[in-house]
Amino acid sequence: MPPRPAPTASPILTLHGLRKTVPGGRVLFDGLELALAPGEFVAIMGESGAGKSTLLNLIAGLDLADAGHVAIDGIDLAGLDDDGRTRLRRDRVGFVFQAFHILPHLTLAQNVALPLVLQHAPAPEALARAEALLEAVGLAGRGGDHPPQLSGGELQRVAIARALIHRPGLILADEPTGNLDPQTAERVLDVFARQIRESGAAAVLVTHSERAAAVADRRYVLTGEGLVERHGG
Amino acid sequence: MAAEAISAVAARWMLAGEWRAHPGRVVTAALAIAVGVALGFAVHLINASALNEFGRAVRTVNGEADLRVRAAGPEGFDERLYPRLARIDGVAAASPVIELPAAAGKTGLTLIGLDVLRAASVTPGLIGDRNARTAFGEDLVFLSPALLDAAGRRPGQTIDLTAAGRSRTFRIGGKLGAAGEGQMIAVMDIAAAQWRFDRLGRIDRVDLRLAQGADAARVQRAVAAVLPPDAQLADQQSDERTSDNLSRAYRVNLDMLALMALLTGGFLVYSAQSLSVARRRAQFALLRVLGVTRRALLAQVLVEGAIVGGVGAVLGLGIGFALAKGALSVSGGDLGGGYFSGQTPELVFAPGAAAIFLVLGFIAALAGSLLPAREAARAQPAVALKNVGDAVDPRIAPRARFALAALGAGGACALLPAVGDLPLFGYLSMALLLAGGVAAMPWLARVLLAPAQRLTFKAPALDLAIKRLWGAPSQAAVALAGIVASTSLMIAMAVMVASFRGSVDEWLGQLLPADLYMRVDGAGLGLDPETQARLAAAPGVANIQFTRTTALRMAADRPPVALIARPGGWAASDIPLMIGRAIAPPTGAVPVWVSEPFSRIYGRRVGDRIDLPIGPGGRTGVVIAGVWRDYARQHGAIAIDARDFERLTGDRARTEASVDLAPGAQPASVIASLRAALPPGLAPRVTFARPRELREMALRIFDRSFAVTYLLEAVAIFVGLTGVAATISAQTLARSKEFGMLRHVGVLRGQIVAMLAAEGGLLGAVGGMAGIGLGLVMSQVLIHVINPQSFHWTMQTRLPWPLFAGVGAALVAASAGAALLAGRRALSADAVRAVREDW
Repeated sequence: MPPRPAPTASPILTLHGLRKTVPGGRVLFDGLELALAPGEFVAIMGESGAGKSTLLNLIAGLDLADAGHVAIDGIDLAGLDDDGRTRLRRDRVGFVFQAFHILPHLTLAQNVALPLVLQHAPAPEALARAEALLEAVGLAGRGGDHPPQLSGGELQRVAIARALIHRPGLILADEPTGNLDPQTAERVLDVFARQIRESGAAAVLVTHSERAAAVADRRYVLTGEGLVERHGG
Repeated sequence: MAAEAISAVAARWMLAGEWRAHPGRVVTAALAIAVGVALGFAVHLINASALNEFGRAVRTVNGEADLRVRAAGPEGFDERLYPRLARIDGVAAASPVIELPAAAGKTGLTLIGLDVLRAASVTPGLIGDRNARTAFGEDLVFLSPALLDAAGRRPGQTIDLTAAGRSRTFRIGGKLGAAGEGQMIAVMDIAAAQWRFDRLGRIDRVDLRLAQGADAARVQRAVAAVLPPDAQLADQQSDERTSDNLSRAYRVNLDMLALMALLTGGFLVYSAQSLSVARRRAQFALLRVLGVTRRALLAQVLVEGAIVGGVGAVLGLGIGFALAKGALSVSGGDLGGGYFSGQTPELVFAPGAAAIFLVLGFIAALAGSLLPAREAARAQPAVALKNVGDAVDPRIAPRARFALAALGAGGACALLPAVGDLPLFGYLSMALLLAGGVAAMPWLARVLLAPAQRLTFKAPALDLAIKRLWGAPSQAAVALAGIVASTSLMIAMAVMVASFRGSVDEWLGQLLPADLYMRVDGAGLGLDPETQARLAAAPGVANIQFTRTTALRMAADRPPVALIARPGGWAASDIPLMIGRAIAPPTGAVPVWVSEPFSRIYGRRVGDRIDLPIGPGGRTGVVIAGVWRDYARQHGAIAIDARDFERLTGDRARTEASVDLAPGAQPASVIASLRAALPPGLAPRVTFARPRELREMALRIFDRSFAVTYLLEAVAIFVGLTGVAATISAQTLARSKEFGMLRHVGVLRGQIVAMLAAEGGLLGAVGGMAGIGLGLVMSQVLIHVINPQSFHWTMQTRLPWPLFAGVGAALVAASAGAALLAGRRALSADAVRAVREDW
């Protein structure tokens, strides 16, 4: 298990003065600030339409802010072109989605190994690590199975393994339990939180769910003014 | 750039996974390319093999000659030219040749008379296995193996040969081993040939071999300087051009037709890839999120297309070779076109052409993948991850700018002239019209469905079907692209062939007004004046007109034209056949009437003066008095009054006659009396036919020469319909989530199936209408641009309405049927599961 980094390390993610409007001119947020140290795990909550997923897209470089800066590992995304942002995402960011997005024609091991082989890692090495991660999320020996054979909760655990395999510094999760029943959601959250902490990556979890947000170190609510930290239960 | 490419392992996983999941689609797309490549390669191989065989036959006859002087007309030229040519500085050897069309029984052949000693150094292939004892025998003839076979003779036996209207008996001295397969030639001593066939003082050809190091251009100039008007200078290149010109337009047309099949294959790859990309939008979005760049994704989709194209092309080459082998053995080297009769060429594999068709198959598949690949790469990953429906907002009207530009450019290209006798801009025009027509589909579908979309139909199935097609024009356009591409090409070809056939039929009706026709088979034979008089006096004959057809060479590098001598030339009675005005020639001028192909090939019009290589001094100036329609002689024909012909040539023999029967006379008895009036030796070589029989035979030949066109068309239709069915099936199966939702809200299973059938039927109807419309436009390019530029004749448009109706019905049925079957399959999945399905 890798050691958790010291909170004093330079931030893995910095959001500064971020502004985003939607077509029609409505301002989602303006002047948004956030700094995330390696190993920190934050949850962002908010009403539907508040811009939680949009914020996640801005952090991932999938969308561009109207003003302000997003920096990952000190690299300002505004200074990169689409290819540059794509490479940064490939090397330093992991994703977990609400709808799992597990490729149906690949085996579970291949799905998990995908980020690593996209970095040109040798297939045997990537598949071996994928099997290890599948074991870590409770799917030992299932690497040869195909996605249609799995339940929703199992699929999301595959997605968690895939988000971690290339040892990213930052994990972004968008409603990872949104498509799951409460019991399954509980188990997936446990796995998610444990794996993130074990990996030493920082994480941003976007969710409606108070229960899901509770697993994070810090919780924020996204409002028109920016992120407002919520303390206590 | 290595870092930009998707990793090989990931690419392999993605490809293998997709193809394992949908092998049928990959196989269909690869087969579409394979069929296109196979047809193109087969047609090319057959053409190349036929030309190769033809060239080999020409080379056997011409030998190693560097230059040839040959007669422009059937009378040959004065033999005193030969010593003058032989004395020219730089000429190492000269060999005089007599070349006569002849017959042995019913077998046609070329009779060659040559000087054995001189020919040995110029055309050794024609010497045969003779020795000094047999070389000079005046009753000896040497035959090619094919001729020996056909005549059922062996060396040592005798054979009767007929040429220049005379029949003579010869002893077979030996075999011409060097003659090509199927080549019918007989070789004898030149003096004996001149004497036995009344050609004293005349020769048809002098083959020249240049001295080593001689300046060929200088020798050519020196030779040209001594040539009389009735002789022409030819070299190896002009001979090759002649044989190439013989069938070039026909071959290019077949090539183009085969390439059109390949183009249809490209559209099917486009359909398959578009659907595949649309279905995998979210998968590609995930890859983008996981760090695959736009270019790498573009490359990934292109690689998929390239592999499909590569596999299809390699498969196509194999199928093409087998097809060519089969077609050569069944219909000969000209695929029934009638250009290389009597030859069964050996199939020659052409590695260069194979490489070209491999690349073409590859390009077709890549081109078909390019637009879907760009769409995949351009999609916004964040949006695509959440939305798997049609990316086009139904409120946004599709643009028609590119379509209009392509259609406009296609129209402009149709106005441009031929390039090197080939309608290259015509073909470009067809391709642009096709591209424009296909690109206009989303816009056209929107326009055609707009009125129906505003209405609300009582049948929910029809209502849903219309609204969906109207609202998702990009998906409809993918299916329509395949329908329109294959339908329009087929309709264009069908309209052209129907117009051509109709025009030929009408022309035959105008050309054959008499009750009976007779013809002497076997070139060189003819009806002498005494025989003509006996025939005219035969019982039951009210009127008989004799004509004489001979070959004239008007240019060294073009096939000969037909010179037709008939009473009065083409006078008042032939007005329906005339194109445009006819003039009365100036007093003293000899009038001729040229065929439309002659007028177009040689660029001569009514009123122009031309020189014919006949008459005193081998040249006679004549005036074109009219241009007549002719579909029988692609390389041109000239009609001349029989009296002028006789005055200029002294030739009074005739080769054909048209007979008007006396009232009450029975054709069979008149034929018998005419046959009785013929000399016994000639009677078996004369054939009689009634207009109806001639017409049927001509149309049979027409249909045979277009048989390969029909076959290629049928394949294009099959590929097109298969593509339509595959496209619609794939689109339907991809919508199981939508059907699940409809089932949730209470739409009956039967209503969904009816909706799908209505959608399929509507697609077929819209595609059929657009395809037939576009096909009609393209047919006008074929009729008014490509045909006149290729074959030098014009025709009037005739519309095959029953075919339109049949094609329309087949398209609607195939589309509706495919949608129905796929719909049943899609609905067999559990509706609840379909809604929750992720992909």
